[in-house]
Amino acid sequence: MGIRTYCVLESRYVRLMDIVDQRLYCLGMEMLIGCAIESVSQDTKKGACMNKTKKILNDPKNVVPELLEGLVDAYHGQVRKLDGVNAVVKSKLPKDKVGLLVGGGSGHEPLFAGFIGRNMADGAACGNVFAAPSPDIILSATKALNQGKGVLYLYGNYAGDNMNFDMAAELAAEEGIATQTVRVWDDVASAPLERMEDRRGIAGDLFVIKIAGAVSAQENDLHEVSRIASKARDNTRSMGIALSAGSLPETGEPTFELPDDEIEIGMGLHGEAGVSREKMLTADALVEKMMHRILSDLPFESGYEVCLLINNLGASTMMELLLANRKAQQILRDKGISVHDTLIGSYCTSQEMAGFSITLMRLDNELKSYYDMPAQSLALVKA
Amino acid sequence: MAILELSAQDVRKMFLYVSQRMVESKDLLTQADKAIGDGDHGVGMARGFGAVAEKLEGQSFNTVGELLKTIGTTLLMSVGGAAGAVFGTFFSGGAKNLGDAPSLDSRVLSHMLLDGLEAVKQRGGAKVGDKTMVDALQSAAMKSEDMSSAPLSESLSAVAGAAEQGMEKTKEMTASIGKAKTLGERSLGHADPGAISTYLILKFMTEFVTERDAPR
Repeated sequence: MGIRTYCVLESRYVRLMDIVDQRLYCLGMEMLIGCAIESVSQDTKKGACMNKTKKILNDPKNVVPELLEGLVDAYHGQVRKLDGVNAVVKSKLPKDKVGLLVGGGSGHEPLFAGFIGRNMADGAACGNVFAAPSPDIILSATKALNQGKGVLYLYGNYAGDNMNFDMAAELAAEEGIATQTVRVWDDVASAPLERMEDRRGIAGDLFVIKIAGAVSAQENDLHEVSRIASKARDNTRSMGIALSAGSLPETGEPTFELPDDEIEIGMGLHGEAGVSREKMLTADALVEKMMHRILSDLPFESGYEVCLLINNLGASTMMELLLANRKAQQILRDKGISVHDTLIGSYCTSQEMAGFSITLMRLDNELKSYYDMPAQSLALVKA
Repeated sequence: MAILELSAQDVRKMFLYVSQRMVESKDLLTQADKAIGDGDHGVGMARGFGAVAEKLEGQSFNTVGELLKTIGTTLLMSVGGAAGAVFGTFFSGGAKNLGDAPSLDSRVLSHMLLDGLEAVKQRGGAKVGDKTMVDALQSAAMKSEDMSSAPLSESLSAVAGAAEQGMEKTKEMTASIGKAKTLGERSLGHADPGAISTYLILKFMTEFVTERDAPR
């Protein structure tokens, strides 16, 4: 093991030497030494190797356009990809409809483009893997969706998405297209309640898209669509945990290091740190921790009605998700909270990250009526 | 002999050189971003500066502003994510008040850095101490003001040095903006990848100018 680690370092050392001068080389060496210590300690701990993650791809630089082509084909004519940009929109849009544009970095499939469909989103602007789409992509999709009633931007709350969607909104305004923005910030682990607007958007995106899609199919007033989508967002809370990292297709490298016997509580969708790292737990103990944080945040109280989502981050098994669901439902029953609908599956992923997130959305009569509307998209179908 | 200024065409050559060196820095930036971010900074910057090189190849520019705007728009459209928005805004914002300036001297450099900094702060809302590229850029922009009547070769190297100091300081900061913000103390000891890129861009600009400066 020691020899292999040495070899890996040696080859990186040579590559770095080729490209950086002495000072930068020192900067690089600091990182390498960090890596070396980490990999040696991990090697001795668990016999890990530093092989790149296996993925079946063509040219890694082309994964986004290629996955969108695959997605468009799966829609059998209902959606089309825009020329020259990574954006997908419905082939036919009803006249006078408020457009619902979702989007964000790729690599979280089926989020976002997989949620285009009847009573769902109208289009998706797709960035590179884990990177927000650029303003030109968003603007092209905005123009394609605008039917004179404006376009609602709905996306996860990240610095990159916020800046790029804001720039696109400014460009759209110059062209006379009205837009409004709803940022999803459901991840309770990412900032305290008083700094709600610093929270990340994770799997709760799905519930907000479901509601916004239904509203935008019925209401042709941008403000009204935005108001109800915001209400769905404000009643949604999530939290995730991760057992192991996903990797970027272009580098093959995991986005974070986590020892085999540890679990990150509150892990973000791109490997952002959560609230703590702990030794492995049982499904029941883990779900109890997660549910405690989620329930106390809104807070969800006895008598409430909720939708529940157990979302796979990529590599976890349906078996584990079902165990998580078992405990989550027990806790909700004990609390006197009734579950109106349950979704279990891979909706908002992070490549091959192992782990899952739990999302609750509190329903009132208005949200419930929109939630219950049928929906037809690649990744979510409701009769 | 010190270099006083570069013509727009030479600035184009300088950014072709900077682009090539940024593409070569991909692995270094990937490792830096992996430590506290999601590991895509190297890929994004390499993609962006690859696109810049393609764009600048075979084009000619009459003014520095026109060239910087082209670089900014290209980065904005090709990098994506927060980095695309911020570095695109830096170059486009830096071009804003350069008017018809046909060449880059220390005064123009200072305008570019100060206006670029202001635009980045407005777009991203980051301030000094948030552990972002603003820490390197602010330090560079302040230095450029002091050096605005010096020869370009001297001001650039001083500015790159200041950017390096600003970048180094980010190691002692905990992130309060961007994807690293929830790391808290775990981000200590690591430089911000955007600050490293800011330093590298200025450092490679300096290399191009001082290599011309060397006796031949």
